[in-house]
Amino acid sequence: MELLIALAIGTLTGSGVWLLLRPRTYQVVIGLALLSYAVNLFIFSMGRLRVNAPPVLDGSMPVDPAAYTDPLPQALVLTAIVIGFATTALFLVVLIVSRGLTGTDHVDGRESDR
Amino acid sequence: MTTIWHSGFLVLLVGLPFVGSLFAALLSSNARNAEAWLAGFVALGGLAVTALAYPQVADGGVVKHVIQWVPALGLSVTLRIDGFAWMFSMLITGIGLLVVIYARYYMSPKDPVARFYAFLLAFMGAMQGVVLSGNIILLAVFWELTSIFSFLLIGYWNHTQAARDGARMALTITGTGGLCLLAGMVLLGQMAGSYDLDAVLAAGNEIRNHDLYVPALLLILAGALTKSAQFPFHFWLPNAMAAPTPVSAYLHSATMVKAGVFLLARFWPVLAGTDEWFFIVGLAGMSTLLLGAAFAIFQQDLKGLLAYSTISHLGLITLLLSLGSPLAAVAAIFHMLNHATFKASLFMAAGIIDHEAGTRDMRRLSGLFTFLPITATLAMVASAAMAGVPLLNGFLSKEMFFAETIEQHRASLLDGVAPYVATIAGAFAVTYSIRFIHKVFFGPKPVDLPREPHEPPHWMRVPIELLVLACLIVGIIPALSVGSLLDTAVVAVLREDTPEYSLAVWHGFNLPLLMSVIALVAGVVLYLLLQPYLRDSEEGPPFFRRLKGQRIFERILVTVSWRGARYLEGVLATRKLQPQLRMLLLVAILAGIWAMWGAGDQLPDLSVRGIDPILAMLWVIGGLCAVGAAYQAKFHRLAALILMGGAGLVTCITFVWLSAPDLAVTQLLVEIVTTVLILLGLRWLPKRDEEIYESIDPKTRLRRSRDFALAVAAGLGTATLAYLTMRTPLPPSVGDYYLEHAYSEGGGTNVVNVILVDFRGFDTFGEIVVLGIVALTVFALLRRFRPAEDTSEIPYQQREQNEFDDVQRDREVGETVKDYLLVPSVIMRWMFPVIVLLAAYLFLRGHDLPGGGFAAGITMSIGFLLQYLAGGTRWVEERLRILPVRWIGFGLLMATVTGLGSWLFGYPFLTSYFQYTEIPFIGDMPTASALLFDLGVFSLVVGATVLMLIAIAHQSIRSAKPKTAKPSTDGGQS
Repeated sequence: MELLIALAIGTLTGSGVWLLLRPRTYQVVIGLALLSYAVNLFIFSMGRLRVNAPPVLDGSMPVDPAAYTDPLPQALVLTAIVIGFATTALFLVVLIVSRGLTGTDHVDGRESDR
Repeated sequence: MTTIWHSGFLVLLVGLPFVGSLFAALLSSNARNAEAWLAGFVALGGLAVTALAYPQVADGGVVKHVIQWVPALGLSVTLRIDGFAWMFSMLITGIGLLVVIYARYYMSPKDPVARFYAFLLAFMGAMQGVVLSGNIILLAVFWELTSIFSFLLIGYWNHTQAARDGARMALTITGTGGLCLLAGMVLLGQMAGSYDLDAVLAAGNEIRNHDLYVPALLLILAGALTKSAQFPFHFWLPNAMAAPTPVSAYLHSATMVKAGVFLLARFWPVLAGTDEWFFIVGLAGMSTLLLGAAFAIFQQDLKGLLAYSTISHLGLITLLLSLGSPLAAVAAIFHMLNHATFKASLFMAAGIIDHEAGTRDMRRLSGLFTFLPITATLAMVASAAMAGVPLLNGFLSKEMFFAETIEQHRASLLDGVAPYVATIAGAFAVTYSIRFIHKVFFGPKPVDLPREPHEPPHWMRVPIELLVLACLIVGIIPALSVGSLLDTAVVAVLREDTPEYSLAVWHGFNLPLLMSVIALVAGVVLYLLLQPYLRDSEEGPPFFRRLKGQRIFERILVTVSWRGARYLEGVLATRKLQPQLRMLLLVAILAGIWAMWGAGDQLPDLSVRGIDPILAMLWVIGGLCAVGAAYQAKFHRLAALILMGGAGLVTCITFVWLSAPDLAVTQLLVEIVTTVLILLGLRWLPKRDEEIYESIDPKTRLRRSRDFALAVAAGLGTATLAYLTMRTPLPPSVGDYYLEHAYSEGGGTNVVNVILVDFRGFDTFGEIVVLGIVALTVFALLRRFRPAEDTSEIPYQQREQNEFDDVQRDREVGETVKDYLLVPSVIMRWMFPVIVLLAAYLFLRGHDLPGGGFAAGITMSIGFLLQYLAGGTRWVEERLRILPVRWIGFGLLMATVTGLGSWLFGYPFLTSYFQYTEIPFIGDMPTASALLFDLGVFSLVVGATVLMLIAIAHQSIRSAKPKTAKPSTDGGQS
């Protein structure tokens, strides 16, 4: 299972990085979104993978931590998802405004002169 | 002995000028009288409070007031007054008061005086801080403040180039010195083991024998010598003469430049007495004394002459302090006092001459005695004091200085030449003093002066009268007038080393008296010899006028800060984003390789065991989606967006699979909103045709292969890192604590939610603030935005539909567009209450089951979003006023109030209600204060998301407007 998730993270990262280096702003926005999937999965996997572990306490005391998934990376990723959404929105708007101001969608604000 | 004087008054002494400065800044900029009264009262108050402190500091008394600042670092706001600080505090407030009175008449009604008095008072406060600091770091802080306010004061007439240049130079030199001083103070504190001034003063022996003594000494001297304009840093002072004269009278006679020698004297018991001190300080002092005096003779600008004379006198003080003998230190302290009085009055006199005659150029000034008899008399007395004429205060300290130079301190050349240098410098001082008086006040009547001179208003002269009176009193009856005050200051510095000394005008016929006589005669003779040359010579001394410190300084500044920076930018920097990102990625990858180097040996077997085939299949699709999105993002944006969504969905399913339902819910909802958002944005991007870019030149091909290699390396790297980490067993983490205490202390069974709203509530609070800021930024960016020209026309599909309406006889134009997606839109409208209910459900169960404020908030905003999709922007806003900014505000307020609420019960910010209840049955009820906090999160997420979506959606309405106005161009383009 670890191998699969590792490969998934790798694929998402690779695609994201490729897009990050492209010259068009839209490509960069999509690349950042893919990269954020990868990073979220990566942080999540730091709590190790558990299949079929109860995600919610049953209310009995005392609690045996070994029976549950690690909640901390989940909490981190939850906030990361929301912040990731916010940054994507911000980048998108910067993209639109920059396109309106400079007349091009190149990341440098002007076409490269190769 | 009971007294009304309390150590808290020290805070008043330092703080009052700053408060006064604030009020001065708020007054109207031409309220000359109000400003002068305010500043005068502040200075007078400071003077009175200081004067009342005298009984406390007499006989070596010390008063301290400590306010803790960062106790862990040994930093405290310690204010401390002893006899020496008292003397300076009196000078600062006393001369400050006189300068305020003088400035009232000096400043023209056209000058914005609010700024002037505000800076002057703030400077007074900073200066008080320097002398009254009981902590050496605090001293360095106030030291820098004096540099900054002197910058502002010198540059007060910021419309003139000279003022701006002079101010900048003064700040660069003294500010740099101040930074050195700070470093020196840190070293000093390290050596003494404390930053407390008393502790440092008591640790003299340890410090002088410490390895760090020399570096600390060099750094502290860099601070002190730059501030006191000692050679080779002297050149900023003459340039600072571009300041208004009251500023010069205050800063460049009594306060700012005295800070350097104050510091040397303050740390004299700790630092002095070594060879390094003797040679560095002595050489600087001696060369400054001589050069300053020599250059002063050749100045044509009155204030320039006084500036160089100040440099010379400061050199004299520095030289005295370098000798290391207690008697010399007494003379130095005495001369600080004397110089302040006569030099302040001379600056004021120069200001009056400038004010009345309209020029300060000595080549044009002449015979002013008949016009300004009183001012002339006062200036003559002050000049005589400057020259060291008997029966004036300057004579006494100069006599002590001569006596000290004769003594043997350290067998060396420096010591041997000291008496000769002193006599020559004394003669020079006589020459420039005579020149000042003779040239300005005597001789033929002036011709073509800019103004007809006459006596200034009486109150403008009063400060000078008082200062000159002080020169006379001290000069005639020194022991009676300042004897005890000087003694108080001296004892505070020298303590048990205080020598026997006598303040008397007449010490009998001795060598110092002979030196004085020689200096007087030689000075007069020199003036007579030089007079013809000086009558209309150029500004500055012969030969040296070519070698200008200012020019060298400017040259260095330009080279370092402009040429050097340009060169480095040209070599190292790029304005292109792609190379920068490439570098960042490369560094990250290399860092990763470096960290993982050698870990390949321990690579666990790449087992495929435990991989669920279904999840594996899903990830084949997910991976293809990701790669496809990367491939298509340039030419097929919509396809790329759909593929990206595919990868997101697989990620979402993975979360479910791996026991993280909260993440899955949030991810799914965010996915929806993101997709809609980007769909809205797609409309504003330029068309891109694949055909144009078919021919690819080799350079591009190379760049692409390089990027591809980077992408593959990054992917492989993260995959390896993730795999290695996942295969190592999980060490005990803080997560266990949260699991164990979520129910008992947070009152919820959904641990993730309890962490978010309770354990780490403050982090969440910060996060929603960020979200709110982002939303407002988006709103602000789009508020005044007009999209690019080629995207502002009506979309192709809508045009086609309108054309269809046009052709049909029974249809109005716009009907097809209106009814577009009619059935789905009706369903979407009906769904609204259902979605609101779902949001409420997700919210309420969040504490115990997957859900919570984030998920509920996004669900709610999807509800609004669907209405926009179904009915269009106008339709929705005619029926539903959402006011997203209020949602954001309410959310933040709710979260803050919930957090503050715990303060009422004496708990830290954001302590949850469940943390302080012991009642067992309350755990069954979801009434935690955390729920209110979560409500804040919910509200903010709704507001932020909706605000962003609406801001983008509104662009469509806006851009449509200019199109309807000019339909002809529309037709031409299609």
